[in-house]
Amino acid sequence: MDFATVLQVLDSTVRLATPLLLACLAGLFSERSGIFDIGLEGKMLFAAFFSAAIAAVTGSVWLGLLAGIASSMALAGIHGLASITFRGNQLISGVAINFLAAGLTVVIAQDWFQQGGRTPSLLGGARFGPLTLPFAETLRDVPVFGPIYHDLISGHTILVYVAFAMVPLTWWVLYRSRFGLRLRAVGDAPEAVDTAGVSVIRMRFTAVAICGVLCGVAGAYLATALQAGFVKDMTAGRGYIALAALIFSKWRPWYALSATLLFGLLQAVALRYQNIEMGGFVLPVQVMDALPYILTVVILAGFVGRAIPPRAGGSPYVKEQ
Amino acid sequence: MPGADTAEGRQTAAPAIELRGISKAFGPVQANRDISLKVMPGTIHGIVGENGAGKSTLMSILYGFYKADAGEIFVGGQKTLIPDSQAAIKAGIGMVFQHFKLVQNFTVLENVILGVEEGARLKASLAKARGSLKRLAEEYELNVDPDAKIEDLSVGHQQRVEILKALYRQADILILDEPTGVLTPAEADHLFRILDNLKAEGKTIVLITHKLREIMAVTDTVSVMRRGEMTATLETATTSPEELAELMVGRKVLLRVDKKPAQPGQTVLEVEDLHVTDEDGVARLKGVSFHVRAGEILGIAGVAGNGQSHLLEVLGGVREATGRIRVNGQDIDLTGKHSDGRSRRARGIAHVPEDRQRQGLVMAFKAWENMILGYHHDPAYQKNRFLMDNAAIRTESAASMQRFDVRPPNPNLAARNFSGGNQQKIVLAREIERSPDLLLVGQPTRGVDIGAIEFIHQSILDLRDAGKAILLVSVELEEILSMSDRIAVIFDGLIMGERLPDETDEKELGLLMAGITDTEAPPDFETIEAALDAAAGPGDAPHG
Repeated sequence: MDFATVLQVLDSTVRLATPLLLACLAGLFSERSGIFDIGLEGKMLFAAFFSAAIAAVTGSVWLGLLAGIASSMALAGIHGLASITFRGNQLISGVAINFLAAGLTVVIAQDWFQQGGRTPSLLGGARFGPLTLPFAETLRDVPVFGPIYHDLISGHTILVYVAFAMVPLTWWVLYRSRFGLRLRAVGDAPEAVDTAGVSVIRMRFTAVAICGVLCGVAGAYLATALQAGFVKDMTAGRGYIALAALIFSKWRPWYALSATLLFGLLQAVALRYQNIEMGGFVLPVQVMDALPYILTVVILAGFVGRAIPPRAGGSPYVKEQ
Repeated sequence: MPGADTAEGRQTAAPAIELRGISKAFGPVQANRDISLKVMPGTIHGIVGENGAGKSTLMSILYGFYKADAGEIFVGGQKTLIPDSQAAIKAGIGMVFQHFKLVQNFTVLENVILGVEEGARLKASLAKARGSLKRLAEEYELNVDPDAKIEDLSVGHQQRVEILKALYRQADILILDEPTGVLTPAEADHLFRILDNLKAEGKTIVLITHKLREIMAVTDTVSVMRRGEMTATLETATTSPEELAELMVGRKVLLRVDKKPAQPGQTVLEVEDLHVTDEDGVARLKGVSFHVRAGEILGIAGVAGNGQSHLLEVLGGVREATGRIRVNGQDIDLTGKHSDGRSRRARGIAHVPEDRQRQGLVMAFKAWENMILGYHHDPAYQKNRFLMDNAAIRTESAASMQRFDVRPPNPNLAARNFSGGNQQKIVLAREIERSPDLLLVGQPTRGVDIGAIEFIHQSILDLRDAGKAILLVSVELEEILSMSDRIAVIFDGLIMGERLPDETDEKELGLLMAGITDTEAPPDFETIEAALDAAAGPGDAPHG
């Protein structure tokens, strides 16, 4: 495996890790506030469809992005209403959102575009194009650093940089800001937040809304940057992998980055090496494709040590003594 | 010295807190009924009452945690609306809840600033809080490491964090709900020293407790609550623990039970030197010994929270202990796998738990399913190796529900659909029908309507007359007096003494329940007060 190949795999890792990272951070905000969100998948799917549809219709990827965010936030609002206002079961609400998104996207797409549940392929301004960072071309021939800068760091869409910038930002918000302090508190001890005179409901709705925005960006990235248009079930379980990564990362932003990069790497390897020969024995492509999911199962089975979720996670807040 | 002047001066000022006609109901339960109260600034005001008397509800209303159905609140003479905790904090009220409201994985500092941060960035707030905490720690003996995580702190320190939280929010009025329940005696003494320091600074303190000794030791005035009503407000100096005990327990007509003299037989239960330490490391039983004979009822009297619940749980096999318990002369295991409910039942012990809804019944189960809880492995209920004989169980349940006058006598109704009294009858029917050698009964008539009380008492007496031993635990003094053949009084994990019901009265038992064994010269009081006086000295010095 030469240097160029490694770079290509890593480049692909970054692209594939981006939606996972955004979804994982989305889940982090929601779950840190005490609202479990199994509906990341559905929100991403919804956003993927609406961003692609609006981008296809208007020709503007930015309007598409906005539509994706808005649609994802609408689903987040439903989840918030069900699990915060009406104190419903958060898992059921999340599962319902996933079903809703899986069904509605295809039905609306078919009715709207009549292309078998797809959107038209996005071209030109309807899609996020790669950005070339400053000096990428000039530095290209510098040994080692040049190719890394040109091939790996430069040349991604804006959303990739947004996703990676979200990591330090999330960390800062979580651990250095008033909002983060309250967010962490409301997920662990909502009664402490309540008696401190801060509204538990408002905190949780804010967190769920942020989750909606980030899922919206993740979905829009899938349909308008990673690929050129929406296809049925295009999230392909990424929402669940993001949840696994969230547990893997123990609800911390920098760990979330590592976890999603690991999953991204597995997907990149599976994409590149369809059949791997291991001493006369061929590892079929399906095994590589399944690897991220197998790893998810292994992680969820608790092989990564004890991951302690936010203490009040999953339970609606009811005043009592 | 100036502290005393200001305290005097403020006696004539507007009350720090005034409540007028506060009422609050939770569903059918009237937790507070038309309560009025005045607390003068710079004083420590005690509120006493038994568990469930409505003290905590009242204070939660004052802190904006609950909304009163009716009534007005005045703070410093001004009518104040307290719709939420934010408003209470603004009005200068701080509250230390019985169950602390702290974020366990936060540091002390983070907990203190939560909700009153200065600006969107934490850095400045943390720095400011660090300084304030240091000052408060020196001023009031409230030492605690600001960078320690709450989960690593002792309960006593966690409580200090709660007090610091209130002071950091500039509270002038501090409410403490059962603050010593979870503290060791040394920690409790330290807390009282802190409270004295706060009072000397002109803060107003409301102390909710059911421990009369604390009231006598630290408060200036005291109010008594019973069953949601404020029954009296007194100067602590002019009252006595006996009087407070009477007011707390109430002076209702004794529910006389028609009972024959006991015919005690062989000793069934012998308890020797029983010790229990709970999950928080607090000693709940500190060497309890007694015995119960066949054909008699031993009543355990005491204010709730003095170890009687733990005693029942140990005997019932749901809690481990050290010491010795013999049933019919044979030792039973107090730890390990042979110490559980099932093995206790196998030894002839039946248990009617204090909390019937949590320990006695599965509320979602039907009556007939509840009727065999714990006895489900009885061969009589098995149809074959795999299936239970549900039809037979239902028939048997219906019959025993008839005998125990459960209304409605419908075995297919879920337990939660029965009234409190009928739920209790289901539990009693289940336990008594097996004719156990020893029946443990906790609070048999708590939350039970008057009509059912008599029947429940009669069922227990019938079992006694059938020659069985009965241990009755109740916080209702009349119940203890009317039902028991002997009475043991428990206080702070110790049996204070045994009395015969005909040779004692509520007054004497009330004193024993407050831990006072000698009416002439109560020694415990003086020692505690002396200790407090001695301790308060250096704390006051910086202000002198």
